[in-house]
Amino acid sequence: MSTRLSKGGRLLDRSKALDFVFNGKRLKGYQGDTLASALLGNDQMLLGRSFKYHRPRGLVASGAEEPNALVHLGQGGRFEPNQRTTTTELYAGAELSSQNHWPSLEFDVGAVNNAFARFLVGGFYYKTFIHPRFAWKHVFEPVIRQSAGLGKAPKEADADHYEQAYDFCDVLIAGGGIAGLQAALVAGQAGKRVILLEQTPYWGGRAPVDGDVIDGRPAADWIAATVADLAKMPNVTLKTRCMAAGVYDHGYILAEERVADHTPGDGRPKKRLWRIRATRIVAATGALERPLSFAGNDIPGVMLASAVRDYVVNWAVSPGDRTVVVTNNDDAYRTAIALKEAGLAVPVILDARASANGPLPTKARAMGIRVEAGKAIAKVKGGKRVTGVAICLQAGEGAVLEEIACDAVAMSGGWSPVVHLWSHCGGKLLWDEAQAMFRPDATKPPTSHDGQALVYAVGAANGHLQATAILPDAAQGAAAAAGVTPSGVAAQAAPSDEAPLEPVWTMPQGAPIQLRSKMWLDYQNDVKVSDVQLAAREGYESVEHTKRYTTLGMATDQGKLSNINGLAVLAQSLNTDIPNVGTTTFRPPYTPVTLGALAGESRGEIFQPLRKTPINDWHLKHNAYMEPVGLWRRAYCYPKGGETHSQAVDREILAVRSGVGLLDASTLGKLIVKGPDAGRFLDMLYTNVMSNLGIGKCRYGLMCTEAGFLTDDGVVIRLDEDTWLCHTTTGGAERIHAHMEDWLQCEWWDWQVYTANVTEQYAQIAVAGPKARKVLEKLGGMDVSAETMPFMTFKEGTLAGLPVRVHRISFSGELSYEIAVPAGHGLALWEALMEAGQEHGIVAYGTEAMHVMRAEKGFIMMGDETDGTVIPQDLNLGWAISKKKADYLGKRGQERTYLASPDRWKLAGFETLDGSVIPDGAYILAPGVNANGQGNVQGRVTSTYYSPTLKKGIAMGLIKGGLSRMGDVVEFSAITGQPIKAKVVDPVFYDKEGEKQNG
Amino acid sequence: MTAQARPSKRYSVFALAKEALSWHMGWEKAWASPEPKKSYDAVIVGAGGHGLATAYYLGKNHGITNVAVIEKGWLGGGNTGRNTTIIRSNYLQDPSAAIYEKARSLYETLSQDLNYNVMFSPRGLLMLGQTHHEVRGYLRTVHANKIQGVETEWISPQKVKELVPIINIDGPRYPILGALYQARGGTARHDAVAWGYARACSAMGMDIIQQCEVKGVTSAGGVVTGIETTKGYIQTKKLGIVVAGHSGQVADMAGFRLPVEAVALQALVSEPIKPCMDVVVMANTVHGYMSQSDKGEMVIGGGTDGFNNFTQRGSFHHIEETLRALIETFPMISRLKMLRQWGGIVDMTGDRSPIISKTPLGNCFMNCGWGTGGFKAIPGSGWAMAELMAKGEPGPLAEEFSMWRFKEGRFIDESVAAGVAH
Repeated sequence: MSTRLSKGGRLLDRSKALDFVFNGKRLKGYQGDTLASALLGNDQMLLGRSFKYHRPRGLVASGAEEPNALVHLGQGGRFEPNQRTTTTELYAGAELSSQNHWPSLEFDVGAVNNAFARFLVGGFYYKTFIHPRFAWKHVFEPVIRQSAGLGKAPKEADADHYEQAYDFCDVLIAGGGIAGLQAALVAGQAGKRVILLEQTPYWGGRAPVDGDVIDGRPAADWIAATVADLAKMPNVTLKTRCMAAGVYDHGYILAEERVADHTPGDGRPKKRLWRIRATRIVAATGALERPLSFAGNDIPGVMLASAVRDYVVNWAVSPGDRTVVVTNNDDAYRTAIALKEAGLAVPVILDARASANGPLPTKARAMGIRVEAGKAIAKVKGGKRVTGVAICLQAGEGAVLEEIACDAVAMSGGWSPVVHLWSHCGGKLLWDEAQAMFRPDATKPPTSHDGQALVYAVGAANGHLQATAILPDAAQGAAAAAGVTPSGVAAQAAPSDEAPLEPVWTMPQGAPIQLRSKMWLDYQNDVKVSDVQLAAREGYESVEHTKRYTTLGMATDQGKLSNINGLAVLAQSLNTDIPNVGTTTFRPPYTPVTLGALAGESRGEIFQPLRKTPINDWHLKHNAYMEPVGLWRRAYCYPKGGETHSQAVDREILAVRSGVGLLDASTLGKLIVKGPDAGRFLDMLYTNVMSNLGIGKCRYGLMCTEAGFLTDDGVVIRLDEDTWLCHTTTGGAERIHAHMEDWLQCEWWDWQVYTANVTEQYAQIAVAGPKARKVLEKLGGMDVSAETMPFMTFKEGTLAGLPVRVHRISFSGELSYEIAVPAGHGLALWEALMEAGQEHGIVAYGTEAMHVMRAEKGFIMMGDETDGTVIPQDLNLGWAISKKKADYLGKRGQERTYLASPDRWKLAGFETLDGSVIPDGAYILAPGVNANGQGNVQGRVTSTYYSPTLKKGIAMGLIKGGLSRMGDVVEFSAITGQPIKAKVVDPVFYDKEGEKQNG
Repeated sequence: MTAQARPSKRYSVFALAKEALSWHMGWEKAWASPEPKKSYDAVIVGAGGHGLATAYYLGKNHGITNVAVIEKGWLGGGNTGRNTTIIRSNYLQDPSAAIYEKARSLYETLSQDLNYNVMFSPRGLLMLGQTHHEVRGYLRTVHANKIQGVETEWISPQKVKELVPIINIDGPRYPILGALYQARGGTARHDAVAWGYARACSAMGMDIIQQCEVKGVTSAGGVVTGIETTKGYIQTKKLGIVVAGHSGQVADMAGFRLPVEAVALQALVSEPIKPCMDVVVMANTVHGYMSQSDKGEMVIGGGTDGFNNFTQRGSFHHIEETLRALIETFPMISRLKMLRQWGGIVDMTGDRSPIISKTPLGNCFMNCGWGTGGFKAIPGSGWAMAELMAKGEPGPLAEEFSMWRFKEGRFIDESVAAGVAH
């Protein structure tokens, strides 16, 4: 059984006991425990079920590479699936439950899959479930979906919050082991701005567990002293619990800091996402131990040798009472020695190498441990827990020589450098034959903007597994990253001789298929040696094909444990070398990052920037129904009493048509265009001429894309000799401003034109209706009479004591003034107008009333009459296209045959024969079908409303032939029921002569 | 190597059981890996979904089987293997609706046609309407689809909530006003589509030649004669270029320019969880879409990078915006974790619609410009391209997708219906 030892545990604070719950059982751990060590300390080896066969699974590792021991953690708004127990710190009251089983962890019905494992091989689902056709969606897939997945889906919104922060540095060092600390020391002493990130709460990495001696003292002492030195340097920032997740182009690094992950509910953000721009990056990310592939290597109790050592030394937990060690290298002997020193039994060390005579094996033998060279595990015995191992010759086919009882197996297949950060941006790897590992190829680093190396891998991440080599390598790498020559001497570790490993990819070497189909490569996804061999046999020869066919390396550990073993098996199957097979792509993040952290603080109402007009609060106070328009909120209508929205809209329209109303038009885009070449520029931008616009005058203008299609419209006014103000649509302001700058910066860079987006600097209020002038006159301050201010002019002056610019323009067809006022005065002006208009029954009207009124008047609306495929000529706007100008944006596009064709659909008005409203989106049907069997059409509706003014449905639309079809009766499509008959009419339904708006 | 065995055995549950008894030692290679022959009746450059489907329908519909499919890397390794697997045909414009619906209907029986389970799952697809303007746009699509013979409908927010229990329909910014629903839209297993076509092509005797890069295109008298490759010169009577992100480069070898640009499209998946969302949801106002794979991963699509490049790498900025949008739409995903992110290189045309076209070079045909929407089109694209290559003239499915439409201004603009990635 696994137990808590009475002594030791260098990371534990035994004075602080912590209660927690696992599957309903109350258990005890200590401050400093991970969930994994705490569970193990309570003899909880069985922790979950695998993905496909639902096999019982226990801990394999002690770090980020753990594939099995994932649990549900927390409740309600803090419920989280797939929490990796090896990297999650224990806290008091933690509630854990195991995943992927039914009804219970111990008795899982899904384990029936295991009985059929022989049928459910890699890729089996591509070969079956084909017939009958409906069965995939209705039978097979639901069953597969239900048995796949790991943890349960959360049900509630996240109770925690997250934040994001930015930083920059000369040298970012990822990894706070001895390599990272040494690197930080060198870069820090060179005066560079340094950030050092460590994913765990502790500095020093594996060195203290491995018993390294540095500068003549225990590693832990050197680490403490070095951290103290670094903390004193003002140019060095140290962060623990912070994982460098990904390296992106140009030295951009994402890092995830666990702020309150281990203190939930304390008010701090759960996590903080760091976005760091670094000139150079040092990857001191260490190495991960590889499992060995022998039959039954997934039975709970089989663990990585380094993990066994970690649990014993760091957390005083023994994974078992009797642990068999199996290895192809010397390092695993340290585990046997650590177990022995902790008073635990090690029945045998099985060393796959022909001989084992280095200092570590010698020491192990001297401690009385039996060492068997050239031996292997034929098979692990046990179901939910290891009960023993059968021993065989590594060079054989698995004939059992002996069985040994044990309750744990510590395995080591060698080490793989963590090269993720090196590889994210394109660093290349080379295969190191002697150490059987891929390590960074220093001649092919990922490069930065200057063509120099962006990332420097150091220490174990660079393939150096001994402290003696790690420290000078780190010092050298850091000096290179900092752009200095190495000064001083790197710390020196006491040498420890290790004999070279011998690669072992299957154990035993000649294992038959019965054994190979029980050798797990990817534990979580249940990919075995036999699956990779099957993939190779079936022609899925590319490593990417094998990965995707078998799902090797696609589990939540992203192949940290399985990939190298998998490619070695693939290479053997293809009879080629490992480097020929290559690796799959290393993609960010290094370990999974919480989506909430990636989103940061932008959630709820402010998940996108929220733009409000200066009059926004008034709208809310008056029961406005607000609609989103881009990032703005605009009042759609102002329902009173029990009014529906459409009743409110009708009332607002009639009030404007008969009296006066106010519209908050502040969201209209307002772009200043200024300079000696401004007129010339606007003549290129708009289809009509703007350079000859008189000062004080307004002119409606159209803008097209280069391809000729209408993209925005609005009124342009001329403020002075070289200054114009262009009004754009609400949605168009930023886009059109960028469009202007694009042309000015990229094409006409020598034109002297300056643009500014002043949309938010002004509030703008439309005062519309026959009584509009009376309302303004009541405010007083300037002459707004028809004589001094005719239609399409503007004047600056004062109204109600406020500085205003008043435009005689109309989008409603009524007598109308649009008044611009500095934003700070917006609300004051609005309220003054409301007050002054009371005697005329003034109302506030919303965007929908505006839409209906402009449709009654036959005015087009961007986004309704246009959709990116419409040119001004289609909308009978030829009058706004200058014939005199040599060029404007879109002119050449509009001359293309299809755009100049007389067959284009053109604008007309429509009235149904029965007065009903044509449905939104309806098409005008035409006889017959096209070559693809689709019904023919000859037009479509673009704006369709009930007109309270005319008391019937009105519509605008595009129809082949346009106004030449006047009087024709056509049929509009209906989603249900019969097509709708309508007559083609003039699109101007209200005040055709313009007497009202011009008056 | 040339006399490699072709796949001949059918896949079935019985075959699986039989092979299991012999520990699966008897399975054949899914496709042969021959060396190129000297000449072919047709060569297709690019063994992605579109290229392989083209070859398949050349054989199946037109009886042309002396065909080679040339692939620079590994088959299915481009966008076919790095998309979000969505299949739908609720397009607005007639030519798009025609080809995407053709593709969708071919997907319905593709597993049976290919004898390879591509896991097409018509689980239903929603496009959320979150502004009045967007709602009007989708209503237009419903009308258009009805006339085009594509089954879609507009559904209420309550129906949306029934179909997607994890959705938040009352968000503070863009409450959901309804959705455009295509019940027969869904997903398929992307790799399997490429593999299934490859196996079927190989079984017909076609040569799929991987790790073979095209270096040049030769011609005589304005007509293509062959291609130079890293595995030597290959003669061909007809050439189909189906290389997505690298279309511009191969077109350049053939001596013409294309109106396409290449950008990276971002995507990511979460860690796997138990089933919580059966339909595909696209939210175009807030820019994000999500589905749940059969493995349990939430598959999330983001936007395209704002600059041209050829790195198939993830970048961060779009991911951030996408996740903000999706956490607003599905608040329960906030505590899930991003497992993996990546980018695929998509080739975009000026109207965001594809090119299936003759080219200035005789007997050289182009299929590209699928932008962010290629996977769903694969069977229809292959069908139309095969017809074009076999007959030398486009059939009705391909006709409107000529590359000369840009000269005429005959755009097929779908931005009306899908402003973002589709």
